Amino acid sequence: MRVGVLALQGAVKEHLRAVRRLGHTGVEVRLPEQLEGLDAIILPGGESTAMRRLLDKAGLLLPLQEFVLSKPTLGTCAGAILLAKRIEPSLEAPVLGVLDVTVERNAYGSQLDSFTCRGDVAGLQDFPLVFIRAPRFAGLGPNVSVLASCNGQIVGVRAGHTWALAFHPELTEDLRLHEMFLRPE
Amino acid sequence: MRTGLNRGLAEMLKGGVIMDVVNAEHALIAEAAGAVAVMALERVPADIRKQGGVARMSDPELIIAIKEAVSIPVMAKVRIGHFVEAQILQALRIDFIDESEVLTPADDQYHIDKHRFAIPFVCGARNLGEALRRIGEGAAMVRTKGEAGTGNVVEAVRHMRAVQSEIRRVMMAPDEELMTIAKELGAPFPLVQEVKKLGALPVVNFAAGGIATPADAALMMQLGCDGVFVGSGIFKSADPARRAAAIVQATTHFKDAERLAHISRGLGEAMPGLEIAGLTATYAQRGH
Repeated sequence: MRVGVLALQGAVKEHLRAVRRLGHTGVEVRLPEQLEGLDAIILPGGESTAMRRLLDKAGLLLPLQEFVLSKPTLGTCAGAILLAKRIEPSLEAPVLGVLDVTVERNAYGSQLDSFTCRGDVAGLQDFPLVFIRAPRFAGLGPNVSVLASCNGQIVGVRAGHTWALAFHPELTEDLRLHEMFLRPE
Repeated sequence: MRTGLNRGLAEMLKGGVIMDVVNAEHALIAEAAGAVAVMALERVPADIRKQGGVARMSDPELIIAIKEAVSIPVMAKVRIGHFVEAQILQALRIDFIDESEVLTPADDQYHIDKHRFAIPFVCGARNLGEALRRIGEGAAMVRTKGEAGTGNVVEAVRHMRAVQSEIRRVMMAPDEELMTIAKELGAPFPLVQEVKKLGALPVVNFAAGGIATPADAALMMQLGCDGVFVGSGIFKSADPARRAAAIVQATTHFKDAERLAHISRGLGEAMPGLEIAGLTATYAQRGH
């Protein structure tokens, strides 16, 4: 598969490394034409406010929105915020607005509240969960299912081909989640 | 241990621009322009340079006002070796501490033992040995020292090239030479081994000190840094909001010359620059 990683800012290299280790072709996406021929895309962690500006300035907002509506998409942390239909605090307009969830930015506080734990994700047992100034999910629409929970909070969701995670599998050596996301259905 | 979490936050800042801001209004301009974090301080380095005197950690009130204004990570500076200023910033629950040569050093021999803190630190370095000493002390991120407040990128280039060429040397060296290299660099041996294994520093390395234009930011990115700090370069220029947005763009599209040409157009006056040879104080000499 040809797998794009949105490369405006953030943990781009880590996702590309995971994609390539699994035998797929990883492609950096900064401009609309780089979406051509991709089978799936990953929206990495980083700062969603910065990515919002950069998507807009690169003319990537509408082409990317069209792409994620039809192709497998994985958003991690900031990437999940880009996908959500509703962002809390609600002063913020959605970015791509394709996933029927409410995402609360910086839900736990500052970097001092960042944490790790382990848990089950989409049937994968004992997966390492790394939360860095992480968001969390609420208000799931009828087509959205829970992929993972941690301490009573929803930290991973899925609606069809669109996956959103509040944690960072790309910062671990565990490739199971990337493998599952990229597995042909 | 929070090493992984703290290095992880630095990973999330990659490809981004961290901007110096002196009040909440500047912080909002920085966030709107697409900054990945802001550095809260009372005076930008160009003013510290001009006004002289002892430069210290900022008033907590200012830092809190900036923290409340924006949703992106907030950093603030402490003096080299001033571990109590660091304790105070950690108690304010900001996101990152810069143990910075831009402030007047509190200790002329020792840096802060950063392993004692839960909060991440970034430190300046002129070469690989200095970078690895700071990482050995617990820094989760490094940056070039450059020469802050000058609008002159030459020192940042020098420091980035020095780190890169020393990394190449370590990578090429057979294992039996690593101990001697560690001795020469004044760097912890296990970190030299790690650099050889990774072919890179084990933490994110940003450019800082003298970046004033989109072209400067792209230059540093093409030289292999992971992102940029811009201090005086934005709010000492004629049109800070436009210049800030342009530097953010340039840091993302750093290899795209046509786009850089477009981004660089009509930004108004850049900050006035200073020749390094004419400086009365070189901040990069502070801390070793």
